[in-house]
Formats: sequence, C-alpha cells, structure tokens
Amino acid sequence: MNAPIRPDTQLHTRADDGIATGDDLLVTENISLSFGGVRAIADISFDVKKGEIRAIIGPNGAGKTSMLNVINGFYHPQQGTITFRGNKRRRMRPHEAANQGIARTFQNIALFGGMSTLDNLMTGRITLMKRNMLWHAAWFGPAQREEIEHREAVEQIIDFLEIEHIRKTPVGRLPYGLQKRVELGRALAAEPALLLLDEPMAGMNLEEKEDMSRFILDVNQQYGTTIALIEHDMGVVMDLSDRVVVLDYGRKIGDGTPDEVRNNQDVIDAYLGVPHEDA
Amino acid sequence: MSPAFLNLIETTLNGLMAGVMYSLVALGFVLIFKASGIFNFAQGVMALFAALTLVGFQTGQVPFAHLINAIFGTDLHHWGPGVPTFLAILMAMAVMVLMAFLIERLVLKHLVNQEPIILFMATIGLAYFLEGMGDLMWGADIKPMNVGLPSGGSFWWEDVTREWASEGSEYYGMYIDTLDVTAALIAIALVSILTIFSQYTATGRALRAVADDHQAALSVGISLRTIWVIVWSIAGFVALVAGIMWGAKSGVQFSLSLIALKALPVLILGGFTSIPGAIVGGLIIGVGEKLAEAYIGPLVGGAIENWFAYMLALAFLLFRPQGLFGERIIERI
Repeated sequence: MNAPIRPDTQLHTRADDGIATGDDLLVTENISLSFGGVRAIADISFDVKKGEIRAIIGPNGAGKTSMLNVINGFYHPQQGTITFRGNKRRRMRPHEAANQGIARTFQNIALFGGMSTLDNLMTGRITLMKRNMLWHAAWFGPAQREEIEHREAVEQIIDFLEIEHIRKTPVGRLPYGLQKRVELGRALAAEPALLLLDEPMAGMNLEEKEDMSRFILDVNQQYGTTIALIEHDMGVVMDLSDRVVVLDYGRKIGDGTPDEVRNNQDVIDAYLGVPHEDA
Repeated sequence: MSPAFLNLIETTLNGLMAGVMYSLVALGFVLIFKASGIFNFAQGVMALFAALTLVGFQTGQVPFAHLINAIFGTDLHHWGPGVPTFLAILMAMAVMVLMAFLIERLVLKHLVNQEPIILFMATIGLAYFLEGMGDLMWGADIKPMNVGLPSGGSFWWEDVTREWASEGSEYYGMYIDTLDVTAALIAIALVSILTIFSQYTATGRALRAVADDHQAALSVGISLRTIWVIVWSIAGFVALVAGIMWGAKSGVQFSLSLIALKALPVLILGGFTSIPGAIVGGLIIGVGEKLAEAYIGPLVGGAIENWFAYMLALAFLLFRPQGLFGERIIERI
C-alpha cells in the first residue's frame, strides 16, 4: 500500500525558518518561577543558538527540569520572558509550544503505554497534520492520503532509530532503553525546531548510552536540529554539547563551552567536585 | 426440542436484548472515563435530556414555554407541527455538541488538575442541572418517542420457533420484541463505528493518547480542551442513541435518568476502561437478570430482577475488582 521507503530520504525539520545557524533560536531572560514559597528558578537567562547542542547541568533540585517545563509551557514563570524564533512571550500553553516546533522527552518516560510504537510516533506528528480533527474523524479521502504521507515519514524515523522490530509492540511492554528510544522517536516525529531532552541516558547501561549519544549527534549533525538536554553523565555532556549552562539552587552559576565550565571554580565547588578527567 | 428448553432459549435471547440496552448506557460512561478519568454521573440524565430535546424538536414544542408563559402571561406551547424525525435527530445532536462545548468551557476548564472525586462531584451537579433544565425547557409530562422504529412482537419469529417444538407439545412460539432487535443492531453498528474511529483515525489516536498520558499528550501538541469537547460530544451522541432506544421502549420520562444506575453493575463487571467490557458486561447482566428471574425467582417469591445485577456486581467486586476487561491497577510502593 505504501510507497517504498527510501533510506536516503532526509528526515525533515522545521529548520528553514529564516534563522541562520548560530543565531539565537531561544532566549530566556530573567526567568523566575516559584511554587508557593519555594523558589525553583531565580532570574535565569541563557540562550540556545540554532544548530547547537546545549546542555543544562547541575545537582538534583537545581531547577533544570523546571526550566524545560517553562520552555515548553508546562510551567508559567512569574517573571521573565522567553523568545522563541523571534516571538517574545511570558507564558504559553504546551500544545502551542508544540505547534511552534518545540518537542521534548521526559525524565520519567511519558509514552502512550497502551499504543504501539508506530501509533506513538504517529501521535507525535499531530501538529503537522493540516486537516482538522473533523476531517480525520472522516478517515476517508484526503485524511487517509495525509495519513499515508505521515506514515512514510514515521517509517523513516523508525529506520533511523533502528526500532523496526518493535513497530507494532505496545510500548508499555518494551524494556526501558527501548522506551527511551521510542520517546526520542516520538519527539523527532514532530520535526522539531528545538528538541528538549530531559536526561536521555538516565538509567541506561554503557552500550545503550553509546547508542543514544550517537542518535543525538546524528539528529543534530545530519538534520540540523537544535537540541537542549539535561544530563548527569558528565562524560556524555562534555563530549556531546557545544555549550553548557550550569544551574545550582535555581541560579545560573556557569555558562560556556565544556572546557570553560569544567574549569569554572563555582561549578567545581557546586557540582563537579574535582576537575573532570576523561577516563 | 422440549418447551422447557425453548423457554430457556427465549429467556436468554430476551436477556441479551435487554443487556444491549444496558450496554448502550454503560458505553457512554466508559468513553468519558477512559479519556478523562471522570466518572460521569450525568450520563443517564444526558440520555434523558437528549431524548426530551429530540421529542421537543420533533413535535414542535416551544422551549421554555412554561417559563415564558409564567413571566409574560402568554399561552405558548407549540410553534408548529415540528420538524421531520431525521432533522430533529440532527438538531438534537447539535444541541448535545453545544452542551459538550459548554461543559468544557464552564465546568471542566476550571477543574483541571483537580482530584477525580471533585470532578465526580461536578458531574453530580451537572446531572441535577440538566434534569432541571430538561424540565424547564420541555415540561415534565411523559412523552411518547416515535422515530419510526419497529416495535411489538415478531410474528415471523413466533412462527419459526413454533416449528422447533417437539411434536404434540403445546408450544406457541417465542416472543421477541422487534424494537429490542433493532436496538441490538444499532448498538452493534455504534460500537463498530466507535472502534474503527478510535483505532484507525488520527483523532481517535489522539483520544487514546490522552487516555494514556495527559502530560505526554500535551507535549506532542494535543489540546486537551479540544479532546474533551470531542469526547463529551461522542458521549452525548451515545446518550442520544440510548435516549431514543429507552424512550421508544418506555416513553420519555424522568425515570429515564435512573437507567444510569443500571449501568453501574455493568461497569463493575466489564471494567470502567473497556469498550468491549461495557458490551459484554451489559449482556451478562441482561441474561443473568432474566434467567435469575425465570428460574430462581419463583423459589424466593419473584421480583429479583431488580437487585440481581447488584448482587452479581458485588460478587465481582470481591473476586475481580478490575472487572472482566479492565486494566489491572498495580500500585508501586
């Protein structure tokens, strides 16, 4: 039924939006967020340049995940602004963020457990479906044609992530490492301009970490997707990322290239402990 | 075949038909519960309200006539002969969609992230509101529902089954109500459509996604509010169908809202999260009721049909609390 999948076809991204590589894709300015009396984020500003891999690191409770939640609209900061692709805003709803090209994964995997890998990835494309819901309810004609187009794109992602064998498996039954990969796939399916990864390697063994690192680098280099990631494995962070921002107790204590951050005394005191040595 | 055996078949058949009617109501509950985790106490009243609205349009009643008459001293009751049945059904459906929209806008939107029990309480309020609204809009009298569905016993089936009895026995054939058969066919069609919709369309996929994980659904760009309007519209549609069927059977009256109570044992049997469960649960309750009435009833003085379903549900709660098809809830500690 489907046209044959050509392995050489490109994954698409919303990269062609007039912002040149190296320019600001996302800028957060003076973001503050509290829950009642608890200050989760205090006056944090940083930027993500188009085409880079930006890491956010810091000890537990530093506000890293809160920062991601602010960026994709789960949390609304009390102060500060976020500029994404030139649009400045204070607050935003998550589905609007998704519509503007922000996709993410979660620290504790949030997949649609009862649905197959394929359905999970197809759901990831919901913002790209042009026909409205009523059309899709009709299922026939144009809606079905669109469905087939999206299915082709999803099959390419499945190829890319090497998860062909679990295409029809309900993801709730998959082992942890594969679930992480499917979750990445679902985020990629949205063809994001900015991909947020919350601890993509947490709980993985060495081999799985290597696989995941390779996928992240490939996504970044081949498809030009801008990535912001949170990760605790310093080896991975320093290898993968172009620039690193360091948070501690909701404040920014360091920002720069991996080398700069590694030698920053504040960062060493708060988080790294001793200067990082590659094993 | 002996008449006794034929009677057993007849009782079972009638039980199945009654069960389909229960399934129809239970289905509405399951749809909303799956997608939003809300136990919608108002489902029965929605069926009543849908039926009242349909009959109102069909017979050309003026909505709020009593209210208007009381305030302005007028004597309004009907604006005309009413609209054709098909159009009336479409209009009633439009009203149910509008209702879904208003429920989202006025109730659910303000209760996001609240405990399930709070949402449940809200639906109790909604049930009373809708009941009063139905009364105010269309009046409290019992109305016949006539949408052209066949009803009455099937003579053909009586003739056919008479032949099955063994030679010489006094058997006059089985009674089966054509309305029940129609209801069964409509229910089968409804469930098939809903299943295809949820399995094979993008919107259905979004519905399943929301049912699975709200946060993840938000992050891929699904608007929960849109999904809720869709789910409540579908539940309104199912309520309309149930209202038509029950209304045709026993007239459109306010006791119709109590059929929701009959859906409870069905849900306990079938599981709150399973569409096939609602169907099978309804059938088991229907058949169980009729068989119990026919074979155990005489031993205990009869009239056990009314409580048998609840006994069955109680037994299920003891041994299989998640129902036949429901998801087993495992709490990690």
